[in-house]
Amino acid sequence: MIEQVLQTLPQVLIDGLALGAVYAIVALGYTMVYGILELINFAHGEIFMTGAFVGTAILLTFSGLGWMASMPAILALLLVLIVTSVATGLLGMGIERVAYRPLRNAPKLITLITAIGISFLLQDIVRFITELKNGNYILTGPSLFSKQIGVKASAISSVFNDASVKSSFFIVLILAVIMMVALDFFVNKTKWGMAMRAVAQDRETAALMTVNVNKVIALTFFIGSALGGATGVLFAVQYGTIDPYIGFILGLKAFTAAVLGGIGNIRGAMFGGIMIGLLEMFAAANLPVVSHGILGAEYKDVFAFAILIIVLIFKPEGLFGKVSVEKV
Amino acid sequence: MVLKKTFSILATTTLAVGLLAGCSGGQKEQNASNGGGGGNGGGNVIKIATQTPLSGGSATLGESIKLGAQLALEEQKANFEKLGFKLELVPYDDQGDPKKGVANAQLIGADKQILGVVGHLNSGVAIPSSEIYEKYSIPMVSPANTATEVTDRGLKTVNRICARDDFQGPAGAKFAIEKLGAKKIFIIQDKTAYGSGLAEAFKKGAEDLGAQIVGFEGITIGEKDFNGVLNQVLAKKPDLVYFGGLYTEGGLLIKQARDKGINVPIMGGDGLDSSTLVQIAGDAVKNTYMTSAAGLTTATDAGKQFAEKYKQKFGKEIESYSAYGYDSMGVLLKGIEEAIKANGNKLPTRQQAAEGVRKVQDYQGVVTKVSFDEKGDNKYAKIYIYKFDEAKYPAKLEDEVSKQ
Amino acid sequence: MDVKNLLSTIQANKRLQAIIVGLYIVVTFASLYLAQKSVIAFLLLLASLLLLYFTSFSNRVKWLVGGLVLVVLLPLAASQGEAYQSYMEVATLVGIYIAMALGLNIVVGLAGLLDLGFVAFFALGSYTYGIFATSQANNFMPFGHYPLSGESFWVFIFIGCLVAALFGVLLGIPVLRVKGDYLAIVTLGFGEIIRIIFNNLDKPVNITNGAMGLASVKPPELFGIQFMYPSQFYYIVLIILIAVIFAVRRLEYSKIGRAWKAVRENEIAAQAMGIHLVRTKLMAFAVGASFSGMMGVVFAAKQTFVDPTSFTLVESITILVMVILGGMGSVPGVILGAAIVTILNLQVLTELTNWLNQLSLSGVIHVPDALSPAKMQRFIFGIILILFALYRPQGLLPAKNPVFDEKDLKDTDSNHPMNTGVHKGGTQHVHLDS
Repeated sequence: MIEQVLQTLPQVLIDGLALGAVYAIVALGYTMVYGILELINFAHGEIFMTGAFVGTAILLTFSGLGWMASMPAILALLLVLIVTSVATGLLGMGIERVAYRPLRNAPKLITLITAIGISFLLQDIVRFITELKNGNYILTGPSLFSKQIGVKASAISSVFNDASVKSSFFIVLILAVIMMVALDFFVNKTKWGMAMRAVAQDRETAALMTVNVNKVIALTFFIGSALGGATGVLFAVQYGTIDPYIGFILGLKAFTAAVLGGIGNIRGAMFGGIMIGLLEMFAAANLPVVSHGILGAEYKDVFAFAILIIVLIFKPEGLFGKVSVEKV
Repeated sequence: MVLKKTFSILATTTLAVGLLAGCSGGQKEQNASNGGGGGNGGGNVIKIATQTPLSGGSATLGESIKLGAQLALEEQKANFEKLGFKLELVPYDDQGDPKKGVANAQLIGADKQILGVVGHLNSGVAIPSSEIYEKYSIPMVSPANTATEVTDRGLKTVNRICARDDFQGPAGAKFAIEKLGAKKIFIIQDKTAYGSGLAEAFKKGAEDLGAQIVGFEGITIGEKDFNGVLNQVLAKKPDLVYFGGLYTEGGLLIKQARDKGINVPIMGGDGLDSSTLVQIAGDAVKNTYMTSAAGLTTATDAGKQFAEKYKQKFGKEIESYSAYGYDSMGVLLKGIEEAIKANGNKLPTRQQAAEGVRKVQDYQGVVTKVSFDEKGDNKYAKIYIYKFDEAKYPAKLEDEVSKQ
Repeated sequence: MDVKNLLSTIQANKRLQAIIVGLYIVVTFASLYLAQKSVIAFLLLLASLLLLYFTSFSNRVKWLVGGLVLVVLLPLAASQGEAYQSYMEVATLVGIYIAMALGLNIVVGLAGLLDLGFVAFFALGSYTYGIFATSQANNFMPFGHYPLSGESFWVFIFIGCLVAALFGVLLGIPVLRVKGDYLAIVTLGFGEIIRIIFNNLDKPVNITNGAMGLASVKPPELFGIQFMYPSQFYYIVLIILIAVIFAVRRLEYSKIGRAWKAVRENEIAAQAMGIHLVRTKLMAFAVGASFSGMMGVVFAAKQTFVDPTSFTLVESITILVMVILGGMGSVPGVILGAAIVTILNLQVLTELTNWLNQLSLSGVIHVPDALSPAKMQRFIFGIILILFALYRPQGLLPAKNPVFDEKDLKDTDSNHPMNTGVHKGGTQHVHLDS
């Protein structure tokens, strides 16, 4: 049994990293918004999904116009990324302005419900726009970077099988790392980043320190949503086919990652994302082997949810978070 | 105070509307029954309903069945006018959801003018909905339900013109083992009523023929990342991968499998039979086989003509089940026509219509011949085996298997 | 000014109210009787109940008239035509959803615990009856001969109730330490886990038959009569619903009800007042779950087919929409909300789509398929949730605190029964801080 597990380990690691990178960046969006507003932005998964659709639509337009042949794929991708990030960033800002700002002093339950409402709304809007244009709400984009690269893991030790990697994996991973590093730098080393951290820590005092709270919150939403949208494009590039409902479950798992790492903690979210991606891939590949056929691969979602529940019950502050004491 | 005022105004207006509704509603009903002149509710209008998923993951197929049925109905309109009846189509969307299917079935049952139903696509929706059709004695002809349970319950109103899963599975297994020489097979299914049932039937057929099943795993519909299951496939190194499920997941599975270097043949069931499969999988679809209850429509001249008419009328290419929708409607209308004649050229009751449909023998449709047996299965149902040699739909017909 | 005068005269004059309501009921009854296919008439007759709610008769009179409409008038009017079963089907489903919404109302509205996995209890009830009323149980039960006869249905209503309550407690125990937003996610996770488990529990021991579902569930039987039609289920649902409403009302005005409201407003203050937090929350879960469990059994018997696709996350959110729409914590509001959402989903949207289809087929206007109303369900739910959360968080019929009239309370040693002293007034302002 152990040798079966070890054999597939290199491939599982690679696939897990790819998935984990996606979860990590989406988790960043959740954690940033929660840190500032103490609100779980249910709609974030849908923003991710909108990014994927916008990106794919632009890529399809490019191929339709024949531009794809004339420029290197990486340039096209970067262009699409920038445009989509700005678009989804603005979408996120708009949502905050319209739906969350009026409810800033309302009970948490109400804001949560609004978030669920926006989530449903976005899903359906994307669905019928896609259906109108396409006849079907499943959208397949042009495939970029589909060259396969073999990784000779068996050279390291005969216990491992060879793994193969799609070249899009590297693109996704590198871009993800760039985004995470950039965000980390922004939050920790710039003035606006400091303002964000201040508002997250104590909104009123930050306001007393001449921080424009509304602007900072809007900026947080913009950055979080822009990153989410960019990840959507990467997701679309990685898997090729998207539909309006990918946001929800993925958002839930990304939220699990954020919680695992410690909600409000950016580095924790990145770590949590990679962790969840690896664990999920491991479960999918090895559950039947480990449980001797009782649990099949379809239980991998249960696995992710179970982790969420266990973390929330036993260590709600996550791996890297600080315990928050509720003062009366 | 304002609240109470608003609601009171609302109440007064509803009162007024109620009066109006009563009056106008009464009028409508009067007109309808005057126009009829006896008969069982509704005069000389015969409505046929279709219930297929027009939204959701199988919308492509559901839509194609509806359009095929619509084409058949329009062609038969003149024929029925000669007998003195007006034909109308009432399409319903069951969204692939059993609750919706049942609710719509009740609506269909309530409309006395509806004498038959062409539907469904998903067996999980057909089974509870058909319980309702049976209660109202409305004949149902299914173009695409392959689960055995659909006709195994022995209901008098449920018929199908396509083959069953307990025929499709073993037929696929036989082809895989005998023609493709597969000895170790890995089976993946999508954990829906259709996918599970088909995968189980295939597994049994394969085991009966002596193959070794090295894996039987499930995936969830709506998932995009199948790397986990495919890693297992890599570890087990089978000669063939079988997928019981629909084209949305199937396409992605095929693409990701090829990306991983799994180059053995991949085989699936009729759920894969759609142009969207090629759209999703792209070039990876080469070396993929599928069994389907839908034959290649354009293989015959009649079929080619049908494809032309369909394209002209709807502006779309046919899908696999378009012709089956067309033939289902044809069979249904034939049965009703017989019932009319047997009833002295008067409007038949639903019971008579159901009996008429079940009695249909040797009806030649554009894509299949139909004779119903005592359970409502089609004696002439065949299973067709296709291979995708290139990224084009429809695929190449490899073989056909008929019932003995 | 004229309208205001008119309204205040109507408010003051009970006889005038009686005439208006009576007239309304008679008119809508007649219009449904005569115009069978008119969905509008059906809805208006149901709306007469709403009208009744706003009158100022005593509770007893309202219940009597309401009962008359529901038990006698509605079936009588509907039964004259072919659409009978269809209307009864909608009415039965409305009844089932009302009971579930009332259950969620207790958890979310009264106790302030946002539960997004509520449909899991419904699934439990359905599967409990489904497993034993089909030959499924033969696979793993060492004794007994299955399927059980339809007579066991009545017993199973109670068994379903208990099983669901048990699971409510089991699910509640680990979840209680979690606060506010996190609770929502955790319950969502649990709901999904249960659905996935049901979908996969066909290996190694086939308990739920996995994705294939359980078909041919035995219909209920009483003295040899089988209940097969929605019109018969309508009465079963009505009876259970009355029991549920009665239970909710009594719970709401009892010690446990007040404990729930206290926990909702401020947990720490409630604890300081001596309310046992864990026990109170578990009670909320258990009671809410039990309503769903009971209705799950009825649902299984009615559909005669149980499979996991009826119990998805969208169902949980649908029930949540009903509670929010109607008004959290308010029993009449939740009933209204459940009725509106179910009828919207099952009748209005489908009829609207059919109507638009007819128009398209006859070439009047062309509505593209993608925008057909039946598919726009999520869009509509989303809009409802957002609009209500932003502009009317207390719902359509907000919860009202009972205001006790001091004079009447002092009069208790005379012949006045307690109830007439209770005036409902003063809209509750729902505080939910976590």
